[in-house]
Amino acid sequence: MSVLDSKTPEGPIEKKWDNHKNNIRLVNPANKRNIDIIVVGTGLAGGSAASSLAEMGYNVKTFCYQDSPRRAHSIAAQGGINAAKDYQGDGDSNYRLFYDTAKGGDYRAREANIYRLAQVSGSIIDQCVAQGVPFAREYGGLLDNRSFGGVLVSRTFYAKGQTGQQLLLGAYGAMNRQINRGKIQSYTRHEMMDLVIVDGKARGIIARDLVTGKLERHSAHAVVIASGGYGNVYFLSTNAMGSNVMAAWRAHRRGAFFANPCFVQIHPTCIPVSGDYQSKLTLMSESLRNDGRIWVPKHKEDVEKIRNGSLKPNDLKEEDRDYYLERRYPAFGNLVPRDVASRAAKERCDAGYGVNKTGQAVFLDFASAIERYGKEKAYSEGHHNPSKEEVTRLGKEVIKAKYGNLFEMYEQITDDNPYETPMQIFPAVHYSMGGLWVDYNLQTTVPGCYAIGEANFSDHGANRLGASALMQGLADGYFVLPYTIGDYLADEIRTGPIPSDTKEFDEAEKAVREKLESLLNNNGQNSVDYYHKKLGKIMWDKVGMARNEQGLKQALQEIEELQADFKKNVRVVGKFEAKNSELEKAGRLVDYFELAKLMARDALERDESCGCHFREEHQSEDGEAKRNDEEFKYVSAWEFKGSDQDAKLHKEELEFHSIELATRSYK
Amino acid sequence: MKLFLKIWRQENAQAKGQMVDYTIDGIDPNMSFLEMLDVLNEQLVAENKEPIEFDHDCREGICGTCSLQINGQPHGPDRLTTTCQLHMRKFKDGDTIYIEPFRAKAFPVVKDLVIDRSSFERIQQAGGYVSVNTSGNTIDANTIPVDKESADTAFDSAACIGCGACVAACKNASAALFVGAKISQFANLPQGQVEATQRAINMVNQMDAEGFGSCTNTGACEIECPKGIKLTNIATMNREYIKATTKG
Repeated sequence: MSVLDSKTPEGPIEKKWDNHKNNIRLVNPANKRNIDIIVVGTGLAGGSAASSLAEMGYNVKTFCYQDSPRRAHSIAAQGGINAAKDYQGDGDSNYRLFYDTAKGGDYRAREANIYRLAQVSGSIIDQCVAQGVPFAREYGGLLDNRSFGGVLVSRTFYAKGQTGQQLLLGAYGAMNRQINRGKIQSYTRHEMMDLVIVDGKARGIIARDLVTGKLERHSAHAVVIASGGYGNVYFLSTNAMGSNVMAAWRAHRRGAFFANPCFVQIHPTCIPVSGDYQSKLTLMSESLRNDGRIWVPKHKEDVEKIRNGSLKPNDLKEEDRDYYLERRYPAFGNLVPRDVASRAAKERCDAGYGVNKTGQAVFLDFASAIERYGKEKAYSEGHHNPSKEEVTRLGKEVIKAKYGNLFEMYEQITDDNPYETPMQIFPAVHYSMGGLWVDYNLQTTVPGCYAIGEANFSDHGANRLGASALMQGLADGYFVLPYTIGDYLADEIRTGPIPSDTKEFDEAEKAVREKLESLLNNNGQNSVDYYHKKLGKIMWDKVGMARNEQGLKQALQEIEELQADFKKNVRVVGKFEAKNSELEKAGRLVDYFELAKLMARDALERDESCGCHFREEHQSEDGEAKRNDEEFKYVSAWEFKGSDQDAKLHKEELEFHSIELATRSYK
Repeated sequence: MKLFLKIWRQENAQAKGQMVDYTIDGIDPNMSFLEMLDVLNEQLVAENKEPIEFDHDCREGICGTCSLQINGQPHGPDRLTTTCQLHMRKFKDGDTIYIEPFRAKAFPVVKDLVIDRSSFERIQQAGGYVSVNTSGNTIDANTIPVDKESADTAFDSAACIGCGACVAACKNASAALFVGAKISQFANLPQGQVEATQRAINMVNQMDAEGFGSCTNTGACEIECPKGIKLTNIATMNREYIKATTKG
């Protein structure tokens, strides 16, 4: 048997979670007062977990690198959150949400976890509405829904293009209530630098106060990692500048297995790169694909004219446009899943049809939606024969009400008006499906160390569907972890406070201090960003949207060389005990180098195509991904074996009893 | 573009700060303002000097981390724009740009352009929430219909990103717009009614305790707010506060 025990409960899939909750051990309220829990990260997962645990009576300490928990990057999620409420009466159900998520992930996630996610999805909406989250409503006063990619129902709840912000402020409010009660101690501008293990159990962390630069020890009976994803390994991504893998990676180095590191989502609709100075990429919500149509010109001569500005995209005739998603995938059209849409854009651009100067962009066009909505609105206002101008004016009003803030953001960044001319978009790194391996209780392979939200691997397989990240973060934090953590803590009620003046804390703190001091004393000649950009380029070119054996082997070699150069020649200015953003960046990059190598190795090992992981060796004649269930129907979970040695691969075989494995088709 | 920058440098909260001159060349008009500062910082690192500390994170205008008083205006010259979404095409070659931290007694400087906005945190902790515990058994989300206008108004208030531009714009350094936005969000929703009284009193009292000034209705906050939070939020706050303090 594998060393990995998922602890998936017995019984039929729809009963597993209830059975588990009925049999799991509980901690009585009086004892909860004697138990301390550390939560690292205060986004949707961390914020919701911290507030729920504190409500239950545990003593919680939260840590975030931002100056407020409200600024965690969940705030930037735009489009929405899924829930199987079936308010639209379109045949939605827990099973359908489960089915769509499992299929969307190309059958590389754990069945029981996905089903549980679908089961608790409805409660999330109830909870958030009760907190005063202002979701979009219809005129009758009930909640409104829209559609996202990879599904055939409308199950996405939203608050304009700022759903993540509103949900996070809900969780932040719940945290504030507990801070006010003294049940949460909130440490802002603090970064977790290492996990401390005592007798094989997670017992605390070493944190750095980013204002004073001082190292601190914090002990607890359990540590919850909710620090998000690692997309910034590519330098350019839609992640916040500060998002980083340090907390998860340090836990990995202390014994937590890292699962499916090569599964990274490249989101199809982002604003294209415009220059070398670019520091980050901006997402244009997937919700835009409800109404926007994606196209490139059919003929190369038109591509040339559009690139040099002699032809306006609006002037290109319908028959000379290639709506390639509608052409290739008539059943789902522009709403195919993200991995499929991204690869299709890359295919057209690689073939020379990209529409901007760099050749790395396609159009997302709202003209036909403006016309359709304009006609509908004119009709409902009693104008049965409206003029073209009237239709356009009314149509723009409807589009503005739906996507106004996104259109403004696009115009601020590009100086183009998307109401008048199609948006230019291109795929960008967005989300990591991979993360710390966890069992059904969301516990990592280190007892007492849990991982929730984007930081774990558990629910999205090889591709995440739109509007499911918010759902998973809140499911883990509000409705899963608060129950499952009790099973472990039931053994801790007699432990008493954990001392932090022990040799384990001494050693961990010393190692962190030495790491940071060596960076500061390096006196090289290149900046941290110089290396980060180079690393990002290797990853994007060779461990990005398309991968092959030769490229991955080269990537491993190049990362190794770059890492060696970094160690020798990086320059980190400033002081240890002071606010020092260069030192912060350098510390994070140290871990990105190690992660990057593991990602390339994982991608090399997984000799099949599935979801986001497209190995060019394994594709059908029409360029679709070819999965290999015989050999690769498993979760790869990597065990750390010392920094200069190779990590060891463990496999968790995936079992599917409630869904039939099929070739994913969106045609 | 070539630019002349005058930037506030301050070692730490205790130290005395000063404006320092920098010249920067080769700036692309399509760069964001913060990317321009990135370029300057790379230049400083190359000269073995300490880069300028400034707050930023999402760089897409939603997290509220970035701040900066640019030529005397919070988030610079553009309306409805955070500093991270401000682009250099809004400036001219040869311009001189003054860059300072947001100035307010309740926002002490941490280092250079970084400020401490924990006063905002304490105001939210005093009552910026609905006291509902997590359970899988709250009432179904569609049990209480909310008319669309109220829901949309609540959303418009809830769109505040907590950046502090309203305070920096105000001659009194008042936080009325920030506090008003949260109070209004809940005032417009049935879920917020139950605790309306305590919320208004606790949040307003905390705002005063933090050393923010009083509101004299000059309206600069509304003009400078990157998210378009309206002055009516302050009126709602005042109404809620009066209602709360005169309640039997």
